Amino acid sequence: MFIIGELINGMYQNIGKAIQEKNKSIVQKCALEQLQAGADALDVNCGPASKDQVSDIQWLVESIQEVTDKPIALDSSKPKVIESGLKVTKNKAIINSTTADPEKLSILIPLAKKYNAKLIGLTISAKGIPQTKDQRLELAATIVASCAEQEFPIEELYLDPIVLPVNVAQAQMRDILESIREFKIISEPSPKTIMGLSNVSQGTSVRSLVNRTFLTMAVAYGLDGAILDPKDKDLVDAAITAELILNKQIYCDSYLDAYRKR
Amino acid sequence: MVMLEKWSGVVSVVNIGATKLEGGSRSKVIKIGGQATLPFLFSEGAIPYKPVVAFEVWDSAPPEWPEELVKSLADVLGDPLAWAQKCVQEFKAELICLRLQGAHPDLGNKSVEQEVKLIEQLLKKVDVPLIILGCGDDAKDNLVLPACCEAAKGECCLVGDAAQDNYKTLTAAVLADGHNIIAESPIDINIAKQLNILISDMGLPLERIVINPTIGALGYGLEYAYSIMERARLAALSGDKTVASPFICFVGQEAWRVKEAKASSKEFPAWGPEAERGVIWEAMTATALIQAGADILVMRHPKAIEKVNKYIDELIKG
Repeated sequence: MFIIGELINGMYQNIGKAIQEKNKSIVQKCALEQLQAGADALDVNCGPASKDQVSDIQWLVESIQEVTDKPIALDSSKPKVIESGLKVTKNKAIINSTTADPEKLSILIPLAKKYNAKLIGLTISAKGIPQTKDQRLELAATIVASCAEQEFPIEELYLDPIVLPVNVAQAQMRDILESIREFKIISEPSPKTIMGLSNVSQGTSVRSLVNRTFLTMAVAYGLDGAILDPKDKDLVDAAITAELILNKQIYCDSYLDAYRKR
Repeated sequence: MVMLEKWSGVVSVVNIGATKLEGGSRSKVIKIGGQATLPFLFSEGAIPYKPVVAFEVWDSAPPEWPEELVKSLADVLGDPLAWAQKCVQEFKAELICLRLQGAHPDLGNKSVEQEVKLIEQLLKKVDVPLIILGCGDDAKDNLVLPACCEAAKGECCLVGDAAQDNYKTLTAAVLADGHNIIAESPIDINIAKQLNILISDMGLPLERIVINPTIGALGYGLEYAYSIMERARLAALSGDKTVASPFICFVGQEAWRVKEAKASSKEFPAWGPEAERGVIWEAMTATALIQAGADILVMRHPKAIEKVNKYIDELIKG
């Protein structure tokens, strides 16, 4: 499981404040804590508090790179902000994200190629969030086709089926899970799959349990990665165990520690 | 077109022996591991070092070796220094595996001091890297091996075996005196992984562990060992560092105890002369394990070793 830690986001009070005050140590501490807990990469989002996202994302990336070489996911809906972040990332970056809209695809795929970055593609378009599995698949196919046309390696593409809160779109949950499996058969080699997990539990009273259960089910459908709170130990333990059950790692009594030490 | 696999992991490189430059007195360092692909798929990834045969030498005359095996070394059995020298000088051994069997309470009960003295003398007599094995009695090994580790301090030996229920004393000794450790598991991949984690948790880097997966001879469970080794290697190449250790296989020990290797031709005329049979059995067991990914083969009969070395040389040409 490719785990992207979601906690460096200006939407959170501590990070928002750290961005405003340019307090590196808070960001660096948050980065290291997530990596220690099992994250493979770190999502970076300036959030609404940032007045100048183009420069703030560079400050965030540079602060994090002082303490780790792990990949950074540049999280913004604005290509300008993403490109600004790409300019200063030293290691392999992840673009989070493009939609299936042609104007986004025509800017972000070339950027991903130029900077040798991975790309997250949301199955969403200007028309809105898809309501069925077929709509998700159609948008996924649009993204894959565009990557193929522009000769972007499909193995570097992560498709996100767009997770909706269970208390809003309960009827869609099965479709979302099935999309994960079907995305993988769109092309050969397969695109990878990822989800922004925490949205599933938005507004529920037992967030951690909902996250954990949904993630476990998604892993069984073939999910390759997730953007989540790695400091939720039960959540990461569940993901590791789900992959163990799928024979993706060799069992031993210390398999949880072994996974985190990789 | 052949599909090539892309692997993300690599087997750890373990250095056995230290030259003067590294603080030891060996004439060369034996490097094992480092494979970035499955055995001998040269077009798929790097295979930087070849498998190596270690000649097994005992501290005392082995009481139960079959006649054919005894014949091949008759002039030196019972004299470990002469035995080791013969291996190096006559058979061009690159690596000696000294088994301190005589320390066993039931097989001579040699003292710690006697074994330490043997190690000191052996280090002077031969200049190839050493593997040092205990006698198999945990209590005695926990006295003998730490003392031998200290006597060979700086020589970067490979010392064993550590097992899941007895690894702490040996790990501490190996760590203190700069050696490598053999981690033994009973043909069990889960225990092999767990033991590697337990040992590395004590501070010994994974790069100083060699796995003894426990093998069976040809016809006696070889394929179980083969599948365990293959599974570990596949996981290692996929990025699991906790099982990315090179393998040591005790080929001679297993091959020479099976009936097919040691029974006389009088007993089984159809099986052919025992002068050849045991050698073939040991060599065949070794070559199969080389295909499974063995890095060190501990062997006994000089003729079997000669055959296996030829086989390795042929294979490594690519």
